[in-house]
Parts: sequence; structure tokens; C-alpha cells
Amino acid sequence: MNALLVAECREGRLTGSVCEQFGFAGELGAEVSVVLVGNQDDLPKFDGRLYLADSRGYGEYNPDVHKRLVLQAVEAEKPDFVVFMHSPYGWDLAPRVAAALRTAQVSEVIAIDGDAFVTGCCNGKMRRTVRSLTGRTVLTLQPGAFPSLQPAGEPGIRPIEADRSSPLEFAGYEPPVVGIDLTRSEVIVCAGRGVGSREHVELVRALADALGGEVGASRPVVDAGWLEHGRQIGTTGQTVSPALYVACGVSGAIQHVAGMKGSGFVLAVNTDRDAPIAEVADLLVVADLEQFLPALTSRLRS
Amino acid sequence: MNILVCIKQVPDMEASFIPNAAGTWFDEAGLAWRMNDYDEFAVEEAVRLRERLGGNAEVTVLSIGPDRVVETIRKAIAMGCDRGVHVRDAGAELRDPWQIAGMIAGYARGKGFDLIFTGMQSTDRGSAQVGVLAAELLGIACTTTIVGFSLENTTATVERELEGGARGIVRLTLPALLTCQLGLNTPRYPTLPNIMRSKRAAIEVLSSEDTGLTAPLTSGAGFARHERSASCTVLEGEVNGLADEVLEVLGRKTAVLRRGGAG
Repeated sequence: MNALLVAECREGRLTGSVCEQFGFAGELGAEVSVVLVGNQDDLPKFDGRLYLADSRGYGEYNPDVHKRLVLQAVEAEKPDFVVFMHSPYGWDLAPRVAAALRTAQVSEVIAIDGDAFVTGCCNGKMRRTVRSLTGRTVLTLQPGAFPSLQPAGEPGIRPIEADRSSPLEFAGYEPPVVGIDLTRSEVIVCAGRGVGSREHVELVRALADALGGEVGASRPVVDAGWLEHGRQIGTTGQTVSPALYVACGVSGAIQHVAGMKGSGFVLAVNTDRDAPIAEVADLLVVADLEQFLPALTSRLRS
Repeated sequence: MNILVCIKQVPDMEASFIPNAAGTWFDEAGLAWRMNDYDEFAVEEAVRLRERLGGNAEVTVLSIGPDRVVETIRKAIAMGCDRGVHVRDAGAELRDPWQIAGMIAGYARGKGFDLIFTGMQSTDRGSAQVGVLAAELLGIACTTTIVGFSLENTTATVERELEGGARGIVRLTLPALLTCQLGLNTPRYPTLPNIMRSKRAAIEVLSSEDTGLTAPLTSGAGFARHERSASCTVLEGEVNGLADEVLEVLGRKTAVLRRGGAG
């Protein structure tokens, strides 16, 4: 069994997620090769074939060009699995490769189950087992689902080239909105969609003050304009690891959990006892936020 | 300008999901249905574009599924879409992304759509594949997870959301398919006159065979609840008692109460 790992590079830097792809291949028991549109001064370390296109010539991500390059490596390697991360790069590129190959794709894999793969579904609340019906399978891996593995060795480089035409043009990056740095906070109290209104965010703020911590936000709270983007926690916000994380009305969508699961102690407050946040919580309090948060805050203050 | 929006009807995610008899997906009994969150942003963006372009544009909304999805098509019409298409497919909930994308492409092929908007993913399946696969089958430009959109002549300029809140600027030559991320715009609430209009709107009905349903490439083999963390303690009861218990646990398991705060 062999797996072709599609590594990622942005602005000349290899992203660390390739180690999770190595970890996944290790669990699968597959031999690995890697394909990368990247910088030859920043290559993954492993013992195997590395199909490399120099990003100085190919520029930043273009899906049409990267698809052709990945397909070249697939053609040469004939892998059983083509493995991406479930990242903005992977979810954009993987289906194009799957479509070109007419193969099955299983997205956002969180575990291996015999000859099938487990993925999250229903906003992360449930899990689904999916079996590929084609000989080759394209996979995207949920970040954080598999342990990082850093193999040793020097890859054997196989240069690849492809036509650069595309109806799509990359025109540059916009940096993230700079917000308050939550990464050093010891205590974070996070407001989720379940807080229900802008007014109730004040209950979250009061608890954060009483604990000497900072206020964080999940994506729906930021999208609703209840808190600023600079406080967002999750894959499109900050990744935090405080000693205490209090999740108030946070359902626990995968994208949010990826940004806080390194926390020391997780207290979740939710009216839904089945909310997926319980998967990473140490303590789940099933209660109405409007009543529970003031009760806890007043005790901390007294 | 000929615009297509593809939408999915999904259950309310607050529901408790029970596996169906085959154990491959959820049982539909008792679920409340609504438009997929991501697709609301797709509908809104398409309607805003039509409003900017005036009389020279038309928005078609398409959904695949059993008869219940007509209600969601009517909601999209009430939000401002001009016409609805229902691909009637009683087995849609078990189709894989390849089959759904094939039906979308089967419908859209040869109809000259300049722009196709879809949600970035559905909240129930969440594969994030359908839009991209449809674009590949149609051979048109595509980008995913857009949080900004503008159009000049036949060039769309979009912002793609990347990790950590960074954005990538991408220009696409039409025809193109764009998958929409949450926060792209603020989806409107339909007005009463538009709701009344949507109830009377004629909806074109096609069968899955009309749109070229193919064989699946994957099959569902299991569906289950996530296991709660083995170390997760669940507390329920009266709030004052709960607050006392929580303080006791935090005092025992963390250092934050000893260290500072106002406590």
C-alpha cells in the first residue's frame, strides 16, 4: 500500500501539517512519497521520492496548475491514496484531483476504521464511516486528528513540470485583521452562538473579568458582529492554550475545537448535553447561560 | 448575466440525530428542515449581484432532493431569486458528492451560466466537494471559501479565506463557480410581499435521470454519535448549586482561582 502526500507551501515556507500526513500514513501502514509545489531550501525530511515543482517558477497557489502537477506525481507513483490536509489548500485542490482521476474522495478524515474512514458530520456532532468504491482514493485529513510524525532521511527529488495556463490568477495576500493576542492568556472565556444576543455577551465579559481572563469568540459570534474578529478562536482565528478555557454556548464545531483543544482545563456551559464540545471538555454544565453565568460570576467576586 | 445558485436543505443542527435503520445516516423523523447556512450567503450574493446589474440578469436557484426541498427553494425565491428548479430525487440524502455534482453539472451544461454560487459545504455532510466537482465537470474556473466578491465585465475578483484569518485575492475569468463562506454578506430576511410571490412562483421539476444521475464512488458504512470525552463530567441541576460545584472543581483541578482574578 502506498500513499502520495500532497504537502503545502506558502510564500516559500513548508507548512508543518505535512507531519500530520506522515502520522496518518504511519497509522495506515503505507509507504510514502510526497508532492510539493515549494521551495527547494525548505523541504520535508523523509526517506522516499519527492516530486518537486519550484514555487519560484509556479508562484503561489493556482488550482489548475497545482492540479496538473499533482496528477503528474500520481501518474508516476500510482498511489493507493492521495492525501491532502483539510485546509483551504486541500479542500480547494483535492476534489479537482479526484475529478480528474474519477476516484472517490473522503473529506475531513478523523480516523481509520479497517478499510473505511471516519469523518465528522452534522456540524461535528456526529461521525460517519465512509468506504471508497474506487481502487484509488483521495483523502483530506482533519487538522489535529492524527499525531505529528517527523521521519528522518533525505528525499530523492523528482522534478515535475506543468502547463501554467489558467482562467484564474492569484493577486496577493491580505494579512489577517490584527486583534488582541489571546495566545498568552491564562484564562479565556469564549462566547459561542448559544449566548443568543449581543447583550448576553456582557455576561461572558463579566465572568472573564471575575476570572482575570480574556474574552474570546467563536465564528458565528464574530459574523453576527457581537464581538470583533480579532477575538476569534479556531482555524480562521487564533489557536490558544490557556490553563482554563470556558466555552459558553459554544457548540464545538471542528473548526473551533482545532483552535482550543490544547487548553489545560475546559469548562463547557451549554443547554445541549449532546453538544460536541463535550468531546474536548473536562466539565460540561448543562444550564441556561443567562442564569448560570451571573451565579458563577457573583461567587467569584465575593 | 445568467446566474445559478445551488442550495441544499438540511436539518436544524440543534436536533438530536438518531441513526436510520441501515445505520448509515440519520433518521428523518421529527427533524425540522431549513436552508444550509452556507447556501444562504450564496443566495444573498447572487441576488445582490442581480440587483446591481438591473434587468439584464436572472438568478436561477436549484435544489436536489425529495418534495420537502420545494419549501427551501421557495425561501430562496422569497429572498430574490427569479426562478426555481427542483431535481426530484427521493434518495438524495444517500448520494455522494460525485453524484450530486454530476446532477448539478448535468442541469447546468449548455445553459450558459456565467456565474454559479454554492455554499462552501453543507452543515450535515460537510464534504466541501460538491461545488468544486461540479466546476471541474463543467470545465469552468472555480475558487472556494469566498468572503469577498466583486465583478467587472467578465472578471470576478474574490477574497478567499485562508488560515488564521488571512485572505488570498483571486481573479477569475467567467464563467466561474464560487463557493461561499459564512460572513460573505448578511443574508436578508424575505419581505412579506416576496414571501407571497414565492408561494405562487412556478418551479420547474426535473428527475434525477433528466440530469444524468451516475453511480456513486463512495458508500456510507456507519453513522454514530461522537463519544463524549471519557474524562468529561456532566453536571445538571439548579444554577446556584451548579455554580458552587463548578467553583469546587476549578479550585481542585486548576490554579486559576489561587493565582488571581477578583476571586
